[in-house]
Amino acid sequence: MKYVDSEQVHKKMGSRLLANNLAKTLFFMATLFGLVVLIVLIYRVLADGLGWINMDFLMNRLSTDPERAGIWGAITGTLWLMLVVAPVTMILGVGTAIYLEEYAAKGRISSFIKTNISNLAGVPSVVFGILGLTVFARALDLGSVVLAGGLTMALLVLPVVVVASQEAIRAVPQFLREASYGMGATKWQTIKNVVLPAALPGILTGVILALSRAIGETAPLVVIGIPALLIPVPDGIFDKFTILPVQIYYWTIDSALVAEYANLAAATIVILLIVLFAMNSIAILIRNKFQKRF
Amino acid sequence: MRRLKGVLHLVKSAVQHDNKKLNVREIIQQKKKSRSVNNYTEKLIPKILFGIAAISVFTTIGIVLTLITETIAFFKDVPFIDFFTGTELKPLGENAVFGVLPLLTGTIISTLIAMLVAIPVGLMTAIFLSEYASEKTRKALKPLLEILAGIPTIVYGFFAFTFVTPLLRSFIPGLEPTNILSPGIVMGIMIIPMVASLSEDAMSSVPNAMREGALALGATKLEVTWKVVVPAAISGIIASFVLGISRAIGETMIVTIASGSSKNFTFDVTQSMQTMTAYIVEVTGGEAAAGTTLYYSLYAVAMTLFVFTLIMNLLAQYISRKFREEY
Repeated sequence: MKYVDSEQVHKKMGSRLLANNLAKTLFFMATLFGLVVLIVLIYRVLADGLGWINMDFLMNRLSTDPERAGIWGAITGTLWLMLVVAPVTMILGVGTAIYLEEYAAKGRISSFIKTNISNLAGVPSVVFGILGLTVFARALDLGSVVLAGGLTMALLVLPVVVVASQEAIRAVPQFLREASYGMGATKWQTIKNVVLPAALPGILTGVILALSRAIGETAPLVVIGIPALLIPVPDGIFDKFTILPVQIYYWTIDSALVAEYANLAAATIVILLIVLFAMNSIAILIRNKFQKRF
Repeated sequence: MRRLKGVLHLVKSAVQHDNKKLNVREIIQQKKKSRSVNNYTEKLIPKILFGIAAISVFTTIGIVLTLITETIAFFKDVPFIDFFTGTELKPLGENAVFGVLPLLTGTIISTLIAMLVAIPVGLMTAIFLSEYASEKTRKALKPLLEILAGIPTIVYGFFAFTFVTPLLRSFIPGLEPTNILSPGIVMGIMIIPMVASLSEDAMSSVPNAMREGALALGATKLEVTWKVVVPAAISGIIASFVLGISRAIGETMIVTIASGSSKNFTFDVTQSMQTMTAYIVEVTGGEAAAGTTLYYSLYAVAMTLFVFTLIMNLLAQYISRKFREEY
């Protein structure tokens, strides 16, 4: 009895191999598709915007005249916003991660907090905007100032910091903790002097990635109420402000009225992408350079 | 030289220590004191950290509470049934009508278009990276996809409005300057990296023994992929699709910029449609006065959006937990 009809197999072999090769080409093309879009996108932005970037564009204030308009206000606004987001999200994120990894018993409360954080990560950013508008801007009566926007953003990117810090803390080997206990250190001393320094590169990488997410977010701040009007350059966290992505948004939707606004939007995108690229490079650098493999 | 200085410093400090002539009893007293301070911090720190960890829970509670209280206020003005079955949305003016269906169809259609792009391209990318690409190619391509994933959505919105729409208009004559098709496609492109990387993770965790078994039976690589690897990784793959859908439902800036603010109740993708997210941006941008029905409608729409994405996220978690095949 023949188990394999080799004639049949031979007959089909050609088409099977052909299908395999066709599929391989198709899969490769699909992979290239994303990259081609990336190249086109970056090329378009550079072609539209690069010619508009100069010192005046960076240092000038907002203006309705495209020739005189600059993004100094948006740059300082972004910096002030980061000054609020960075410490708040770092304290909340790292604190939560330490609690979950070092203190919480593996029980209902810790798994509830974990589920809650992963669900929070899936909430659309515009809903965070509603939270910020209702609680920070209206109920606490802050108005649409840097502090209200910064607190909203800090909560939005919190899951990123928590997850990254948890991974970094988990990666610190147990023998380091035991060595510390063996020297007579208490639990908090061990965490403060041994675990956190060892986990710091991973934590910093997470914080920088979270900040780069916050820099690119638009929807929550538009919802909180950054107007399209000309706002004075902010001097502190209680001032009204605008940021780069919001500036891009208003210039893009107004480009139907004034064509040059599209160029201004593209130029601002170039600046934004440079900032993001620099931040991500720093994050990768920290990860590669300082992360110890135990 | 530096080393010599270091040694000198050590000697000096040793001498100084002797000079102090600390009494043993005093040392013990000091240690006791610091230990009681330590005991105090040891008890306090976990409580502080628990408080910090609870803030993420309070955030969720805050979101749910604000949405629910204001939504209840909205349904006092507008009957529940009218809101969910109304095909007309005219939030401004005296005879304001609040029917959410135009926003729901806008959201569903833009999500469908996005997934028509993201699912096939994302899955094929994942298959190529996990099954066909050499280690070298994979290492070169993955960071590029991560760049695509890291581009802010506002940039995609700009791209959709100033490049994709004019491009599509050149061969779809009836396409309006603002339409749902272009942001849908661009949203799909934005979601490709997410679907690709999550699906690839799922496929990479299928053990090699299964592939080798199929290859030894004479299967081609395509047959191995399609009949062994994909079925084995299907829970992770479907979870990635569901998360992609959730992302598309919640995406705001691309549709706000490129799809305009017409509240058409239609299924024609060449027209301008508004999604739930875009409505929220439009209403808050107009600084709706607190207490008006328009203001409350914001929360009713946000609540609907929140429930939709929450269901999708829970579904994704359920699928990947329930149908995971352990090897």
